[in-house]
Amino acid sequence: MKRYPIRLAALVCVLAALCSAAAQELHFILRSEPKTFNPVLVAEDASDTIRYLTGGVLMRLNRKSQQLEPELAKSWSISKDGRTITFKLREGVLFSDGTPFSANDVAFTMKQLMDPELHSPTGDAFRSGKGDVITQVNGKHHIAIIFPAPVAGLAKLFDQVAIMSGSSPQKEKAVLGAFMVAEYKPGDFVLLKRNPNYWKKDASGRRLPYLESVRLDIQQNRDIELLRFRRGEIHLINDLSPELFDRLAAETSGVTYDAGASMDSEFLWFNQAPKAAIPAYKLAWFRSANFRRAISSAINREDISRLVYGKHAQPAVGPVSPANQFWFNSKLKAQAFDRKAALDRLTQDGFHLEGDMLRDRQGNAVEFSIITNAGNKARERMAAVIQQDLAEIGVKVNVVTLDFPSLIDRMTQSFNYEACLLGLVNTELDPNSQMTVWLSSGENHQWSPNQATPETPWEAEIDKLMRAQASTPDLKKRKQYFDRVQEIVWEQAPFIYLVNKNALCAISSAVRPAEPVVLRPQTYWNAERMVLASDGQK
Amino acid sequence: MKAFTRIAAIALSVVFVAGLLAGVLAPAHYAKQFREDASASPSGKFLLGTDELGRDRFSRLLYGSRVSLLLAPCAALLSTLLAALIGGAAGYFGGRWEKSAMLFTDLFMSMPWLFLLITVRAVLPLNTAPTTSVLITFSLLGLLGWAASARVVCSGTKSLRNSEFVLQAKAAGCRAGRLFAVHMLPNLKPVLFAQFWISIPVFILAEANLGILGLGVSEPLPSWGSLLRELEDFSAIGLQPWRLVPLFLLLMVVSCFQMVISEKEYSR
Repeated sequence: MKRYPIRLAALVCVLAALCSAAAQELHFILRSEPKTFNPVLVAEDASDTIRYLTGGVLMRLNRKSQQLEPELAKSWSISKDGRTITFKLREGVLFSDGTPFSANDVAFTMKQLMDPELHSPTGDAFRSGKGDVITQVNGKHHIAIIFPAPVAGLAKLFDQVAIMSGSSPQKEKAVLGAFMVAEYKPGDFVLLKRNPNYWKKDASGRRLPYLESVRLDIQQNRDIELLRFRRGEIHLINDLSPELFDRLAAETSGVTYDAGASMDSEFLWFNQAPKAAIPAYKLAWFRSANFRRAISSAINREDISRLVYGKHAQPAVGPVSPANQFWFNSKLKAQAFDRKAALDRLTQDGFHLEGDMLRDRQGNAVEFSIITNAGNKARERMAAVIQQDLAEIGVKVNVVTLDFPSLIDRMTQSFNYEACLLGLVNTELDPNSQMTVWLSSGENHQWSPNQATPETPWEAEIDKLMRAQASTPDLKKRKQYFDRVQEIVWEQAPFIYLVNKNALCAISSAVRPAEPVVLRPQTYWNAERMVLASDGQK
Repeated sequence: MKAFTRIAAIALSVVFVAGLLAGVLAPAHYAKQFREDASASPSGKFLLGTDELGRDRFSRLLYGSRVSLLLAPCAALLSTLLAALIGGAAGYFGGRWEKSAMLFTDLFMSMPWLFLLITVRAVLPLNTAPTTSVLITFSLLGLLGWAASARVVCSGTKSLRNSEFVLQAKAAGCRAGRLFAVHMLPNLKPVLFAQFWISIPVFILAEANLGILGLGVSEPLPSWGSLLRELEDFSAIGLQPWRLVPLFLLLMVVSCFQMVISEKEYSR
């Protein structure tokens, strides 16, 4: 009988501990099934989320400051020739299963990453030239990685490299990140538990992360995601559409965040490929910089931002969004909306108005089609805005929405299109990730891909500048080269950049600190320092 | 009953006439964007408010009614004619004819017609005017939508073929053409009419679905299908219930059609 109060107290303690653990479980949604838990094989968003939360990296790009910060590597240095990176590793670090971390694990990870059999998408970014990547383990906590050719932006690439254990029996399940995969039910959820061996501590010496677990429910339907957020079942929503954002903001104050212009851009381009299946006179229009810039000036980007994105987008300047703090060329401004300037430019090329219709020197009416992917409401609306804007200068536009495979086929195989409206989801800050877009020989050089030799002097100059920036480790010089690339693109308008969508998200008032950023992952980039406040603390 | 039928007939006539006179009745052109009044609520200036681009919903509804009410019946007529031809011949001749025709019909029904339509749209010229594109869309719907009706017509024809009055006509030496035109076709009319009227809303909705997939009426031309796409954003309907007007109009038109037809059939 005497023991009864003790038992009761113990039971209360256990229950309190369980409740507290449940209260410190962050919930959010994965919009697709994760394809892999192996960090070197990650190729899509869902797996990338798990890699971000579970993977320990040598250095991490701080999503807020956009600066690299040391993690498992205490320090690093890059050789002058840009081929070698040397790391000094943190000591006393353990994997989640207790296996000690050493330079051998970094060597093992690099081997996996560069294994041609594995086709690692992360590893592809490190392939700089012919030859093997060599790792030199110089003691337990020193390692040098030597590449066959210089790799531009080398250090930042390690933000994606989650170090795997070469000796743990748990293989890729042994992690160095803040969380570890505890349970996975395909089609239902992934449960991540706190890594008890995580090396990082806060200023007071308390081991991170503060959260006990993260539950990622797999759910594709965005409406259900919003409904669950409203009910308080999930704490975060990344990438909200402007409509849902505004609706949620109207319903609940203090949970929606517009972090400003994101890296994603929407743009339009004309088909300039010599083998394009379009009449020669139209090809001549599209190859004229005056024509392209005139069209660019005649489009009201402010209206696109307001009507299509509910003001949650910014007029785009060029290939780099202002969100990319280092690489954005701040001297450039978005093309001003000016119909008169547009008509003046067109007049320079011999275009003239006949009634409401613009005609070229030969008397051909200026009419072209814009293709875009079907089912994307924002793009369809944007096309309708462009249609009316261009009608004001006498240009007739036919909007054609196509299923994605047909669109890609026209863009890359048959070249049977005149103009295309698409967007780019940009996750990389470094311009090196855009090499295939800007090199005239690149397959993603959409306006005229796979050129044997540059077709125009300005494309030749871009080739030269992009190669130069890719071959020097000097960041200042790289910035100068890429600034010039942005200027040329602004002057020549091969892509007519329209808007940069804003990064919109929702964070429950229970989550502390709520510091959404424009870079992915917008809301949980600081998950290791997040806590969930109880109802009374909100 | 007759009063309801009269009301239905008047309502149908009003919608048809309003659609036909859209150019006169609409306060604005369907493509005109009043950008400063985007997403406006109903008012004296915009009776049904404006869409996200500031286009007058009422004007678009009038123009959209013209497109859908003229072209959906045309597509329904085309598909019913094909169904009558194929299903009627199969039912009348029976035997191998019927087997092969029904095999062909089944084959047609099992075809992924949505993908077929997407493929057809993908190979069409890009610089197609919106009016041409809408004609192509509804023609394709008519050409591909006959199979289900053909089965019903075949079954109706079969039962007529074995009926006593047809057997008597045959015994009296009535020739096949006359037998079909004079004795069978009038008796098949209810089936054909039913198939025709059922097809109209089906084609209007099919066009709406195709719009989502990129094969529908292209911007900026409106149709009921493209107007119904505003309902995709279901949670916004509570805030802007006037978005439901095209849906109510569609329901009203289909119901009125049914009432007028049923009345005609009963009074036969």
